[in-house]
Amino acid sequence: MSILVNKDSKVIVQGITGSAGLFHAQQCRDYGTQVVGGVTPGKGGSEVDGFTVYNSVSEATKETSANVSLIFVPAPFAMDSILEAVDAEIETIICITEGVPTLDIVRVKEFMNGSQSRLVGPNCPGVITPGEAKVGIMPGYIHKPGKVGIISRSGTLTYEAVWQTTNIDIGQSTCLGIGGDPVIGTTFIDALELFQNDPDTEAVIMIGEIGGSDEEEAAEYIKDNFKKPIAAFIAGSTAPKGKRMGHAGAIVSGSSGSAEDKFAALERAGVATCKSPAAMGETLKEVMG
Amino acid sequence: MNIHEYQAKELLDNFSVKVPAGKVAFSGEEAELIAKDLNFNKYVVKAQVHAGGRGKAGGVKVVDTPADVGQVTTDMIGMKLVTHQTGPEGKIVSKVLIEEGSDIAKEFYLGMVIDRSKEKIVIMASKEGGVEIEEVARKSPEKIHKEYVDTSVGLQPFQSRRIAYFLGLDGKAVNKAVVFVSGLYNAFIEKDCSLAEINPMVLTGDGEIIALDGKLNFDDNALFRNKDIEALRDPQEEDQLELEAKEVGISFVNLDGNIGCLVNGAGLAMSTMDIIKFHGGEPANFLDVGGGATTEQVTQAFKMILSDDNVKAVFVNIFGGIMKCDTIAEGIISAANEVGIEVPLIVRLEGTNVELGRKLLAESGLNIQTGTDMREAAAKAVEAANS
Repeated sequence: MSILVNKDSKVIVQGITGSAGLFHAQQCRDYGTQVVGGVTPGKGGSEVDGFTVYNSVSEATKETSANVSLIFVPAPFAMDSILEAVDAEIETIICITEGVPTLDIVRVKEFMNGSQSRLVGPNCPGVITPGEAKVGIMPGYIHKPGKVGIISRSGTLTYEAVWQTTNIDIGQSTCLGIGGDPVIGTTFIDALELFQNDPDTEAVIMIGEIGGSDEEEAAEYIKDNFKKPIAAFIAGSTAPKGKRMGHAGAIVSGSSGSAEDKFAALERAGVATCKSPAAMGETLKEVMG
Repeated sequence: MNIHEYQAKELLDNFSVKVPAGKVAFSGEEAELIAKDLNFNKYVVKAQVHAGGRGKAGGVKVVDTPADVGQVTTDMIGMKLVTHQTGPEGKIVSKVLIEEGSDIAKEFYLGMVIDRSKEKIVIMASKEGGVEIEEVARKSPEKIHKEYVDTSVGLQPFQSRRIAYFLGLDGKAVNKAVVFVSGLYNAFIEKDCSLAEINPMVLTGDGEIIALDGKLNFDDNALFRNKDIEALRDPQEEDQLELEAKEVGISFVNLDGNIGCLVNGAGLAMSTMDIIKFHGGEPANFLDVGGGATTEQVTQAFKMILSDDNVKAVFVNIFGGIMKCDTIAEGIISAANEVGIEVPLIVRLEGTNVELGRKLLAESGLNIQTGTDMREAAAKAVEAANS
């Protein structure tokens, strides 16, 4: 097992005729993912590099039984694309798009209230279950099927953790980037719940960053509910207050969102933390015993 | 994105949020003419910079005559205003807002932000107006009332009334507050604010509710649909290097240290700063070249890093995913040829096309130190900067 995506996942790509959409649809297919088609309104009925293009998500799901959608549409249209996927009852909606207005995601989450769909992102690298399915923009070859689940707000820092766990031969069950925006679809707690219930995941690496209180809330959850070994790193200890550090959500505002507070909350919950991003793999190895 | 108080008030006025009558001025002469024209009994002159705490720093003056308005403005323009939000370097005042002095009966706090964990807009109100709301939140959170708004139906009148009653308002002031709060909410939604703060919102002697101060911040991601807001940007208030970076699609933040950083990805860029500090060094900047940077962008990034005289070493930390390591290597070589890199250069490359990237660097004849992993490279960068 694994979480969110696996070898049986049927993936459609929304925005497949754009350059990023097509490139990554090809990359995912090359990895072995079942990419069953794509959606670009107005281009339905055409074909691009062997992918059938549909006008709408509901048409695509009817024809292909797709249950996962990967979104690459430009930011002004991201809300519409996510809502369309929710409407078509796609189970897992992964939005890679960066730069989506925060209020759009607030609206999306209100719309999703009571729906069975799950949103991952936006502004994230996607989800990969090594050896089974890659649904995102991460380089596939750095992964290795294995035991650790990785959850992160950052893209390249996830790759760093993946590489470290690949090099010490632990490997990964599933890795997901939850995104660097202030409001996101799947939070740390949501992802931890999934890993808690996944028998293939023996331990977790959690990578947070400055801004918001998602990590503090996750720490509360971990203290009472999470039973597997967990290692964590928080990026941004040296970031100045009030400055946005690349990600829209990475900002220490006033007295909240500092790396120090997040480290402290996680440590109080019994999480093994590391202060150097180079030590994520070895810290995990220690707690796995 | 931030705007000035005078711009915020002009905008709020269009949303039925009552503000004092007033006008912006850029010189003492202009200020005096404006004051004569406005013809108030009492004037408030307020320095327009993007920072709070202006009153304590001498950036707000109350005077009685147009001549005094002129004099105070002349004194204020060109002065360096240092508040707890500007940092020690302060901000130079280049314009002032001249307003009618208000007859204040009561001061309140009213603020709106997006509550990240509740994923809703939250409105906060307090009788403790004119003071730092974070201070109130810490010391006596019960003095802050919160209303969460479901954006699908919008702010409801009963919620605004509940705020008015919490603030102890009665009679006609309740309805005036309802109009005020709804107006602020409408501005927040329509213009994609990330923060809307009226501190203080006041009840005047004649029963009006007005915004004595006004602070609006906007979601940068939504500026594509708020061109009118983008047009209010004051380049004087922004770091020139950061603006330049944004234009070429690079995220950049200037810092005080001496190790320049060039990284792909925001999380890795922050971590690179952290690991430099972990090994006893100080980063000179945050720099994320993005996921799909070109050779030109990498060259531009180098130019920006090297334009800082404090930089004693440059640490390039790349985990190539979409970004290919050979692209980075080509960028480094082209930057070295174009601008010349006089300081030690430490490069850690990993990921897509790493072998090709390393080969290009090795054959370039440049004096480059490499690290096999982030730890080794960071340690080398710190050592190089300190020697």
